[in-house]
Amino acid sequence: MSGKMSGKMSGNMNASAGSMGGNNRIFVIGCVGVLLAAIALMAGVKIDYVFNASFVVLQFVVLASAWNILGGYAGYVNFGTSAFFAMGGYSALFMIKAFNAPLLVQILVAACVAGLLGLGVGLISLRLRGIFFSIATVAVAIILETVILNTEYFGGAKGLQMMRPEPMAPFESYDKMLFFVMILMAITAVAISRYIERSWIGRGLRAIKDNEEAAECVGVPTLKLKLIATVVSGALMGAAGAPLVMYMRFIEPVSAFSLNYSVSALAMPIIGGTSSWIGPVIGALLLGSVQQIVTVTISSELNVLIVGVLLVFFVVVAPDGILGLVRKLRAKGGTSGAAGSAKGGAK
Amino acid sequence: MFSWDLLIGALVFGLLLGCFYAAVSIGLSVSFGLLDVPHIAHPSFLVMGGYATWWLGGYGWDPILAGLFLAPVFFVLGVVMYRIYYATFERHGSDTGLRGLAFFFGIAFIIEVCLILAFGVDQRLVEAVYIGKSIDFTDDLRIPMRLLVAFAAALLLTIGLTLYLGKTYMGRAIKAVAQDQIALSLMGADPVRVKQWAFGIATAVTAIAGALLIIIGPVDPQLGRIYIGRTFCVVVLAGLGSMSGTLVAGLILGVTETIVLTFFGASWAPAVAFGLLLVMLGVRPQGLFGR
Amino acid sequence: MSALLSIASVSKHFGGFTALSNVSLEVAQGERLGLIGPNGSGKTTLINCVSGALKNDAGTITFKNENLNGLAPHQRTRRGIARSFQIPRPFHSMTPVENLAVPLEYVTYRGVAHKHDIKGEAEAILQDMGLGDKMHASCAGLSQVELRKLELARAMAARPALLISDEAMAGLSHGEVDEVLAILFKLSGTGITIIMIEHIMHAIMRFSERVVCLDAGQLIAEGVPTEIVKNPEVQRAYLGA
Repeated sequence: MSGKMSGKMSGNMNASAGSMGGNNRIFVIGCVGVLLAAIALMAGVKIDYVFNASFVVLQFVVLASAWNILGGYAGYVNFGTSAFFAMGGYSALFMIKAFNAPLLVQILVAACVAGLLGLGVGLISLRLRGIFFSIATVAVAIILETVILNTEYFGGAKGLQMMRPEPMAPFESYDKMLFFVMILMAITAVAISRYIERSWIGRGLRAIKDNEEAAECVGVPTLKLKLIATVVSGALMGAAGAPLVMYMRFIEPVSAFSLNYSVSALAMPIIGGTSSWIGPVIGALLLGSVQQIVTVTISSELNVLIVGVLLVFFVVVAPDGILGLVRKLRAKGGTSGAAGSAKGGAK
Repeated sequence: MFSWDLLIGALVFGLLLGCFYAAVSIGLSVSFGLLDVPHIAHPSFLVMGGYATWWLGGYGWDPILAGLFLAPVFFVLGVVMYRIYYATFERHGSDTGLRGLAFFFGIAFIIEVCLILAFGVDQRLVEAVYIGKSIDFTDDLRIPMRLLVAFAAALLLTIGLTLYLGKTYMGRAIKAVAQDQIALSLMGADPVRVKQWAFGIATAVTAIAGALLIIIGPVDPQLGRIYIGRTFCVVVLAGLGSMSGTLVAGLILGVTETIVLTFFGASWAPAVAFGLLLVMLGVRPQGLFGR
Repeated sequence: MSALLSIASVSKHFGGFTALSNVSLEVAQGERLGLIGPNGSGKTTLINCVSGALKNDAGTITFKNENLNGLAPHQRTRRGIARSFQIPRPFHSMTPVENLAVPLEYVTYRGVAHKHDIKGEAEAILQDMGLGDKMHASCAGLSQVELRKLELARAMAARPALLISDEAMAGLSHGEVDEVLAILFKLSGTGITIIMIEHIMHAIMRFSERVVCLDAGQLIAEGVPTEIVKNPEVQRAYLGA
């Protein structure tokens, strides 16, 4: 990939300025294809479970892509995805309770609140070494959970039950509407993550990940870039959390701040591959689907365990994730011919 | 409502508890503070130590005895952990940030889930002669024996480790490896072996601290999360790698937490350590006694 | 004529240790300055203060008549100060061309990168530095001397007025030292001011128009190379006599 990228570099720079390269056309066609498939699915399938399950998987596509903007590109590990996600959920709850705001407004407000949260955490800890940022994100998650637990307005520890309104016009059920909203969000998140990777921001973040001091010395405004990444990443996580209230018809702190979101958002990109936007998508689709199946067929604890074990396995054995494995296989097949690919195939 | 009696009670409790916080953090002070290993899974080892103590308690073992027995087992566990960490990350040098953190985060998560799968989410307690009794100074100030026992053991443990690092040859080598690896190898010691030993010691100490954890109160698999805040708060407050600082920082956290608990209610307790930690990171990341 | 870089009474302490004490130094436009001194004498601390990696506790550093105090390293790079690192710090996940694209995008053509052929320009600089055949290779496969050249090339991509070369030749063979030296001479020929920190005396002697010597955080001698080696203060600092 890196070799390929250097060849297409000037093309990518042009892309960031607005003129469309061939790669971008394929991406847009892909997105439209996904959208059309989703619409066909909604027209043809009646079982709500399909949409419920897909909603969760798509939610993880957003979370994983968002996490990767900071974690994968810049190398700053966010352990507190659940904080941003739950803040999105509770922002939505507030908008419903206070203003009876529609879903779109809930999502926008959630994104703003979570983005600001990202800015705050970043300002406190991004001047320090990476591990301090990571611990700060854990801290924020626990502190916010404690605050919500102690806030009667949001239902405290018991949580709050909410009624779903009628679905909007073209949608026949609220589940389908939520599914459609989430697929739009997933496409947006992936597009943003892809744009950042390929723009000047992405190259700067990569320089930061490789060597922050050197990056600063060749003119990269490291703090500013890290803050941009944290805000965008946080905002997307918050947006993903906004529909939670209506999806569950209920919100309470322990499940909203569940560690599972934090671990999955981190494990999915690492398993898929953190160097490119497609990695988190692969990881989320794969792991998200497996989780849905295991939760239904075996147990939810086991599904959580699988995520943890896979995470450690990939970190130790295949740090570049599935993307890296595929790349290795290709490189072997390409350079050393039949012998190489046979070896790769045996692996 | 404020009263002097309450405040004094909170102070006494806080000091006792603070010493315990120092003991649960001192392993991290070695592994993260001195060795620079991003050991996010430290609190999970602590909880695991608590569970192992509970399990041995089922066979009639005294918790402190169980902790001492577990220490060598955890030592080996720590050595193995460090070998894996070294072989996969440290030796290659590059990209340890993201991968190292994700590695320990994954380990922590696996420990938590395995404990849930094995023992369920219920809280676990141990029994001992000193648990359940208390010494009554006044009507308002009753100090549970369990707290006193944990306090005494914690103090011994913390001072013992501090002396070990300061006075023995190996202890000094461990401190030297944190400062200057090249100088250490010139002295004829292999930095990797020193670090491996140090990580083993840190993990062994964590086993004993885990026994204290379950003496202080009931343990459940998710307790590790709260202790991420407490242990890292103490280590950052102390200034990375400062052993004497660890004791002072533990006391500060203990007192702060007890005061907040007394005057605002127990439901705020988890946020205290994390709040203090965030403030420290924002204001003085090198800690109170940092370089 | 006013100096390009002027360091006035700069001090820096680490805890109780004084790394720099009251150092003053002026560097003229187009000059080739050698900075020498024993290990721990404060050379790297001084250039860290100039490049912005460290904040000086006292004194001012002025560049192109602008006070640099309080500016972040990237802001100083944008004003024309570039440096290479003693231990090479390439962006290892990128090819050399991509390494150079970073300063080209963030400094040289900031905001207008899409109008320029970044890749072509990066290739031209690397060609110039003698890395033409490794331009698209992985950084992991570069030799020591190639990494040093990449450091210099990346610094040059920011189109600096002042280049600080921090021990770019340490540990290189005789022939490799000559190669790097030739590059630095060529850069100097284009009008770039160069501060060279080095332990290899013959390189310093050949390259520098003027040499300053630091010892224990203080500037102890200054002069043309031939004078400096005869200076008793310098000899004492080096030989510990």
